[in-house]
Amino acid sequence: MGKLENIPEENRERELISQFLADNVLFLGPDPEIMENHDISPRTEAEHKAMERSKDPAVLALVRDRLQAGCNETFEMLEQMGAAPGAKWGDLITGIFTPSGDLALGSTGGVLLFACLVHHPIKFIKKYWEKEPTVGIREGDGFIHNDARYGNIHNTDQSLILPIFHEGKLIAWAGATVHEGENGAIEPGGMPSAAEQVYDEGLKMSPFKVVENYELKKDLVTYLQNSVREPKLQYEDMKVKLFVCRRLEQRVKAAIAEFGPDTVISALRRGLEDSKAEVQRRLEAWPKGKVRTVIMADGTLRENCLIKIQLEMEKKGNELILDFRGSSPEFANRCNNTVLSSLKGMLCQLFLMFVWPDLPRNQAVFAPIRVICDQKSALRSSYTTPNAESMMTFFPAFTAAQLCVAKFLYGCPSKFTKVIAPWHNMIRTFIWGGLTQHGDMVGNLCADLNGMGGGARVDRDGEHGVAPIFASMADTGEQELNEEEVPFIQIVSKKIMKDNQAFGKYRGGQGYEMIASNLKSNMWGFMVCCIGSKVSCTPGLFGGYSSPTYPLCKVKGVDTLEIMKSDPQKWEFSIVDIMNKQPFEGAKYSTHHMGLQFELCNRGELYMIMQGSGGGYGDVLERDPDLVIKDLEESLISHEAARRIYHVVYNTDTLVLDREATRKAREAERASRKKRGVPYKEFHKQWVRAEPPADVPFYGCWGDDRSNIYAGPFAGVPRRKMDASAIEGIFMPNPRDVRIAELEARLKECEGAKRS
Amino acid sequence: MKVPMTEYLEIDLDRELWMCRVCNHEVGPARQPYKEGLLVYVRDPREIHAPILDPKRYEFTFAPDAKWVQILEFYCPSCATMIEVEYLPPGHPPVVDMEFDIDALKEQWKDRKPLNAAELAGPDMAGRAHHHHSNKQKAQQQGRG
Ligand SMILES: [Zn+2]
Repeated sequence: MGKLENIPEENRERELISQFLADNVLFLGPDPEIMENHDISPRTEAEHKAMERSKDPAVLALVRDRLQAGCNETFEMLEQMGAAPGAKWGDLITGIFTPSGDLALGSTGGVLLFACLVHHPIKFIKKYWEKEPTVGIREGDGFIHNDARYGNIHNTDQSLILPIFHEGKLIAWAGATVHEGENGAIEPGGMPSAAEQVYDEGLKMSPFKVVENYELKKDLVTYLQNSVREPKLQYEDMKVKLFVCRRLEQRVKAAIAEFGPDTVISALRRGLEDSKAEVQRRLEAWPKGKVRTVIMADGTLRENCLIKIQLEMEKKGNELILDFRGSSPEFANRCNNTVLSSLKGMLCQLFLMFVWPDLPRNQAVFAPIRVICDQKSALRSSYTTPNAESMMTFFPAFTAAQLCVAKFLYGCPSKFTKVIAPWHNMIRTFIWGGLTQHGDMVGNLCADLNGMGGGARVDRDGEHGVAPIFASMADTGEQELNEEEVPFIQIVSKKIMKDNQAFGKYRGGQGYEMIASNLKSNMWGFMVCCIGSKVSCTPGLFGGYSSPTYPLCKVKGVDTLEIMKSDPQKWEFSIVDIMNKQPFEGAKYSTHHMGLQFELCNRGELYMIMQGSGGGYGDVLERDPDLVIKDLEESLISHEAARRIYHVVYNTDTLVLDREATRKAREAERASRKKRGVPYKEFHKQWVRAEPPADVPFYGCWGDDRSNIYAGPFAGVPRRKMDASAIEGIFMPNPRDVRIAELEARLKECEGAKRS
Repeated sequence: MKVPMTEYLEIDLDRELWMCRVCNHEVGPARQPYKEGLLVYVRDPREIHAPILDPKRYEFTFAPDAKWVQILEFYCPSCATMIEVEYLPPGHPPVVDMEFDIDALKEQWKDRKPLNAAELAGPDMAGRAHHHHSNKQKAQQQGRG
């Protein structure tokens, strides 16, 4: 209270009131001042002085490289020692932050967007816990955090944050983040698509101190263990992350010992300021104007509906503005909503991975980019709205931005990557949980999510099952290793299905089949959380087609593993053959959208999904016929698709191409395009409707009028039309109630028919 | 000066026209949406993404739902190249996807040289094209576009 002395009388009362209010906040929720800002912090006095004293760019670069090596080293350590499947396969990151909390260096491997968001909790810790007498920030302290509303993607990822001191002064922060999986949510595995409230989503850790004198506080660790299904994992990975942060601390201290504190402070800060200036310089070279796109997310994971992601990307001067207004309203009782900061983290990843991968992996790269969203939209959801599956809206938003960027960049002389069609954007994998063969309760996921198909590029095809959109270096894991710990098997894995292709002059990289079954447990189940079963989630570029859509397929009611023993010849080893030939008698075969809530799988029942394809590039008629033949040789496409889509003529038995006949077939197709194509004006008159079709559940603006937001109709709830400035969250009915209502209506119909 | 804007479109800055890069067809005024100068075909998405699972037996088949999405194919009226495709719900207005400031573009390109194929494609992500490349490699790279 000392600072209240000597204040002129007229201000004194006002000061007293604000001091009183500041001292008596009932709840320190997420701070909008921290959460809405993704720019780098203002240069501090200490940074300014250090930069004056140490400014040799060669030395600063050397120190940054040294610390970057420390990040990469700790990434390796975390990957090797971490217990979470996510850690083993690269869904993690380590980083070094400035004293203000800005991410200055992220490890070269790993999920950058994790680290891009850790600056929020660090800034919260600085603002609220530094002066708080019951908390404080001291050497040897460590803080834990996972709630997206304080800065994260979703609460399955946990961060450990360690302040680094030099002679009593805070000089940097170390951070380590891992996709831990289990977090005590309503469903096992950490990404509960059944969550209807934030309280269904499991642990919601605001940043708090869990380490003192470099030791984990046993009482708090026990509380956290007691709150999740995998207590051993919770403990082990907290220990590992602490150890990794200490190694980062060691590397920073070694750099200080060798180069002095000024040089370390200057190196981190200079890196940020230079990166921001470089991005502004690069943006200057983009054409001035607006590029727009629309992506339709086709579900909430509980039900199918059309969730519009609308993007207008504008470049002016050295600034880029991403305007998502007009996108879908938030879903108040579904968890597919995104907190604005999570969206920004994902978009930052786009620029660092796909646009300027040569820039240092820090958050300043995103600083010159502005993001605008409607309040209470699915991309800027409110505090009370669940967000565990935020990827279902921020991945499509990423794809919208990737598409727009390509249209800005194509004609731009200075590029730092190839022009590329959208990468596949869904985490097509099994989440699993239950009792293992060792009697442990577990919940986590397969690393197959990391095998997304790459987008086609301007001069070549996309790569198959190559990497997730959120990490350039990640692994798809070893199922054989998993089987030592968990009771399920993948009977078919990493097998490519014909025609799972985004067609184009260059085709997208393809995904692979996964057929999973429970082998050894009396209580085991699966979940799946992806959209794109009715409308593709990954479009193509410049005339290239999108990926196909993807179902979940199930075979229930038989133990196919017994059939494998007794009648092995009955077994078919592909989704298509199992589903279309139905080889197992008495089984129930069904397809579904890919939002499967946790469901028990008996021994030998089959759950089958497909990894997705990246978008295609350019006109299919321009595809080199030899590449079509190569696709046939590699069983990537069917003969039927080769002829129908690519109009190639060849000998089916020998695959010898008839070039002249192909040229003619393509000429004929071009002629029929001209015949069936309608002049734009005429098409516009026939096609455009004033409102969304009455029978399609549609969420978002219609066309480019972003002032009105439509929602519904859905399951008897009529369509609403809201003013964009006053959006209200949408409540969806329980899918079971919807089903019951359908069945009751049919029952009534049947009874009526019987009576008459 | 003609500035390529997509795989198939360029803007003729002097005449302020969208042009087809395949056949030099004048698509339309550069200050207007290029789509207005193209032919459009509305396609049932199942014609491209054909059902792979038996549609008589199953609701979800790897094929899109035609009631929820249609494909708009945009063709050059002269050479019939498919310049753009768009996936939209039935009746949703096509998106005005590229609206560039032509005056700013003229200013920007006043001192720029036309781009070659390699410059249009961009460098490889992993390769550091500006370091360690022999002239032979450079020549190969340029030839590839
Ligand atoms: Zn043409």
